[in-house]
Amino acid sequence: MAMTTGRSAARDTGVVVILGALLVLGLPLVADTNMLTLLVIYGMLALSLGLIWGFGGILCFGQAAFFGLGAYTFAIAGINIGESTLPLVLSVLVPAAVAALLGAFMFYGRLGDVYLAVITLVFSLILFRWLNTTAGPAYVIGNARLGGFNGIPGFPLLNVPGYPRWELWGDPLYYVAAVALLVVFLLVSWLLRSSFGRIAIGIRENEERVSLLGYDIRARKTVLFAIGAGIAGLAGALFAAWAEVVTPSLFSLQQSAEIIIWCIVGGLGTRFGPVLGAAVVTSVKITLGGQAMLDNMLVLGLILVLFVLFLPRGIAPELARLWAWAIGGNRKPVRRRAPRGGVADG
Amino acid sequence: MAETVLETEGLTMRFGGVTAVDGVSLKVRARELRCLIGPNGAGKSTCFKCLCGLLKPTEGHVFLRGEETTGWDPHRIAAMGVGIKMQVSSVMDGLSVQENIWMAARRHNDTGAATAKAEEVIDRLALGPIARTDLGRLAHGERQRVELGLVMAQDPWLVLLDEPAAGMTGEEVTRMAEIIHEMTRSAAVVVVEHDMQFIRSLASTVTVFHRGRVLVEDHVDRVMADPVVRDVYLGKQA
Ligand SMILES: Nc1ncnc2c1ncn2[C@@H]1O[C@H](COP(=O)(O)OP(=O)(O)OP(=O)(O)O)[C@@H](O)[C@H]1O
Ligand SMILES: [Mg+2]
Repeated sequence: MAMTTGRSAARDTGVVVILGALLVLGLPLVADTNMLTLLVIYGMLALSLGLIWGFGGILCFGQAAFFGLGAYTFAIAGINIGESTLPLVLSVLVPAAVAALLGAFMFYGRLGDVYLAVITLVFSLILFRWLNTTAGPAYVIGNARLGGFNGIPGFPLLNVPGYPRWELWGDPLYYVAAVALLVVFLLVSWLLRSSFGRIAIGIRENEERVSLLGYDIRARKTVLFAIGAGIAGLAGALFAAWAEVVTPSLFSLQQSAEIIIWCIVGGLGTRFGPVLGAAVVTSVKITLGGQAMLDNMLVLGLILVLFVLFLPRGIAPELARLWAWAIGGNRKPVRRRAPRGGVADG
Repeated sequence: MAETVLETEGLTMRFGGVTAVDGVSLKVRARELRCLIGPNGAGKSTCFKCLCGLLKPTEGHVFLRGEETTGWDPHRIAAMGVGIKMQVSSVMDGLSVQENIWMAARRHNDTGAATAKAEEVIDRLALGPIARTDLGRLAHGERQRVELGLVMAQDPWLVLLDEPAAGMTGEEVTRMAEIIHEMTRSAAVVVVEHDMQFIRSLASTVTVFHRGRVLVEDHVDRVMADPVVRDVYLGKQA
């Protein structure tokens, strides 16, 4: 069901742009843009893991590391450069380069999936622990003090390229972040339709077979891993611009775990699922945050267990099924088998 | 004499104490059809895995078109133009027949040419009616046929097939034999098989494996008449 023909690709792009534009413009009417910005940023972060895990079969337990690296790069480069355009670019490139190195080490070393999960997790925890120890004045990069567990405040916020004084926050930041998510979503869609993406899905399905077709899966997985890290890094930069401070908690175990939960709840192997999962889970978390009765982590764990047991394919495939049923009129909703059909989703 | 496309010298593979392949020296020429037979556990599949890089031989050498490929990674060997089907059926289960075959064709073609090539292979193997079906939903015989399609789509000059006819119906086996013969127009084909009927229908040179070694190598009719081979296969269908 991969969208191979030019016509269906154009239709898919059209649907995404129209629905995306409606959501970008419509959501501020019903919800607070400050919170929406966070949902959009988390959606992009979820999409980064959804890409490498759901389509590439790479389960990274430390996706937060690249999110955090993007945020720190944005803050540190911003302080040194004085505006945000180049830092924004660097916040994509630095995590991507780090992921390329880490990925090359893991994939060329032929580490199994479990080791991959452990190494990515340990990598993010090392950064977490180390950044927590950088409180002293000795820890500086250029003019930026790392600041230990307090992190880095007071860096330049996002500005209009070329105009450092025109800083974007509040509603404009929401629109920038939302459009960025839409663009990244379209780029991911394009990637998945390209030969590279289709072969990546083949690698997810059967690594050995794809290598017996003559493809170097190590190189391909490394590249995909780096792309995912670049997207996570961009989300990190936007998060930094939103929060106006970066702290080591970006690298925490809880952050990494949440990204995985978003993907499972939303629907792995779909593009829209992880974005939706991030929005739903984060909304629930924020709603619950106002009360003290239930522990947040406990609720998240409960949500995860319920989904794994009762809706293992996530929300997005079920929504797609309902949608197909609604526009198909009297046809019955068909339950499709595995959670892994090409790129066919909403 | 045609050029030698596959050659092994003293190929040996040990798993701990077990010597699965023991000093095997083989020579296969361009466009030759060669059958490997032998009882269960004779080392045929292990030998195959050494040829295509899935296993690194303990000792010995592998040469493909005169180039030493011992210890190369599978993707490099496959990329040279070697089409491989392992004994255990291995395909991309969650993807359609078309997508599977397209991926094989894409390695040496651009996207458009790969799509055309996939179309051609699908026609050739009469997979048209199931072209959009996911592999996971197909019957065993159909999966085998698709795997053959993956090999064909690569336009290989050397084809290694490990038990391609296993579990197929009589009619499917006949078709498989036809296709294999057709492949030899452009490629040397090495087939591992148990089904004697099938091997007779291929009528080629046969190499008999026994306990990791080459027992005899001769034309199928003479091999079938050989008392030693009959002895090795005692209780089998020879
Ligand atoms: N990975 C492995 N580890 C240990 N022993 C192995 C391994 N692979 C194969 N063997 C052993 O090597 C010997 C040869 O096995 P192989 O699969 O090559 O035989 P075969 O000729 O293909 O048999 P069959 O006709 O049943 O497919 C067997 O004794 C098997 O148990
Ligand atoms: Mg075997």
